[in-house]
Amino acid sequence: MTAEEIHKNLQARFGDAIVEAKLDAPQSFLVLDPKRMKEVCLFLRDEESLQFDFCSCVSGVDYKEGKLGAIYHLASMVHKHKIVLKAFCTVENPHIQSVASVWGGADWHEREAYDLLGIIFDEHPDLRRILLPYDWEGYPLRKDYKVPEFYNGMKVPY
Amino acid sequence: MTETRSLPTRYVTHPGELKTSSGRSLRTDEMIINMGPQHPSTHGVLRLEVVLDGEIVVDVIPHIGYLHRCFEKHAEHMTNYQQVIPYCDRMDYLSSMNNDWAYALAVERMLKIEVPPRVETIRVIMAELQRIASHLIAVGTYGIDMGAFTPFLWAFRDRERILDLFEMTCGARLLYNYIWIGGLSHDLPPGFVEKAKAFCTYFKPNMKELNDLLSYNEIFVKRTAHVGVLPADVAINYGVSGPTLRASGVNWDLRRDDPYGIYDKFEWEVQVGKGERGTTGDCWDRYIVKIREMEQSVRIIEQALAALPEGNVQAAIPKRIRPDSAEIYVRTETARGELGFYVVSDGTASPYRLKARAPAFVNLSVLPKISRGCLLGDLVAIVGSIDIVLGEVDR
Repeated sequence: MTAEEIHKNLQARFGDAIVEAKLDAPQSFLVLDPKRMKEVCLFLRDEESLQFDFCSCVSGVDYKEGKLGAIYHLASMVHKHKIVLKAFCTVENPHIQSVASVWGGADWHEREAYDLLGIIFDEHPDLRRILLPYDWEGYPLRKDYKVPEFYNGMKVPY
Repeated sequence: MTETRSLPTRYVTHPGELKTSSGRSLRTDEMIINMGPQHPSTHGVLRLEVVLDGEIVVDVIPHIGYLHRCFEKHAEHMTNYQQVIPYCDRMDYLSSMNNDWAYALAVERMLKIEVPPRVETIRVIMAELQRIASHLIAVGTYGIDMGAFTPFLWAFRDRERILDLFEMTCGARLLYNYIWIGGLSHDLPPGFVEKAKAFCTYFKPNMKELNDLLSYNEIFVKRTAHVGVLPADVAINYGVSGPTLRASGVNWDLRRDDPYGIYDKFEWEVQVGKGERGTTGDCWDRYIVKIREMEQSVRIIEQALAALPEGNVQAAIPKRIRPDSAEIYVRTETARGELGFYVVSDGTASPYRLKARAPAFVNLSVLPKISRGCLLGDLVAIVGSIDIVLGEVDR
């Protein structure tokens, strides 16, 4: 199924949960409402003609000017088609609904996005830091991140 | 072969109340112990927080990040796109060639660069040699986990030959920086093709020896069959990929199903687990799939060596790589599974954001799911069979 058909299918069912669609890019993507991720993703996974059973990757991105985003790369092993989903939030209110209950693989990816970019995935079963120490302060992949001089009294060499 | 354990692998938990001969109660509690970060069978610096009831694993909580070297942050601060490649080498240090290829491919697709046919063929040869080298380590160290020392030495003896080939090609034995954007750092040295052919001839009978020594060894089979069964639907839902996914009976290989390079020109088969010695998706299946993939890799290498075209090893690429504002996600099949690079460009000389989707990272996340209810000794078998490289898990 092409990205246009997927977009039409979703638009008909979820209406304004699909905020935007960019279908002319090399890898076309849909922008979703960050509060309604789960229902759309469940549909994407379970609908017979879509069957996006494989969540390849979830990446957090800092777009500067207070905008954060989570990018979901989905694939279907049955139909061999792919789609990219995006959800945006702001630095002041960095909340996106988690899809860890839809794809188990999204669990650690979302933890990583939380760890490095500070995106809070609501309803995530176990949202804590994954790569950095649990008491680390700040989110290193944010563009305005400053390396701290000290960590627990130890000088941070850089 | 008789089945030694009934299915599914669940054990009777410890009775809550034990009494001494004098009638005093010996209450049993769950115990939390740390396996790692410096435990030989965690294959690197991985800490597993294991909740135990007697010898039965109630829960496993993996703690990772001990080897976090800020790969993604570094990539954003390079002065150009090429400088990222040596860092890719250091992610999965057992299959550096595959990592370099994945990154180079992502940037090439972004710039719409076609690489010369000679480059494509050499890349396939290198990637498959690397796959064999990586699987040999996986298989050899897995033998050690199960208490067999000799296969480890045999595997390393053969791997050494592959590293010799890499060394004569680019001077390095582990971290190559050989596959560049648009081509290779330089052409194959004289005599490489003959030496590589000789390796294939030498290696094939050794596979049989390894099978006799380890694969069908009764003790080894008993330690690994029916243990840590990963059902296909769970594997797909967790995004598990590579040999670990195929062992669960899922016929999926990105070299065939999301083609890149020139893999479609060669004859080879995707290997899947069939539960020959136990249940489909158990540790033995994950082991044997790697063994059989090595045979397929030898097949591909022999065909590629026979059809090696002459020509350039570097496509014409701009001196300063500045992709237009765009983004791309490219996935390739490394020795451990789907390695994806998500590159976001803002039109400057270095990536705006680079995310590496490391196969071992995702494969490890399924560990708690498949090891609940197993014995502590079996946990070692399960961790080993998933074949993780912590350099890639933590990046």
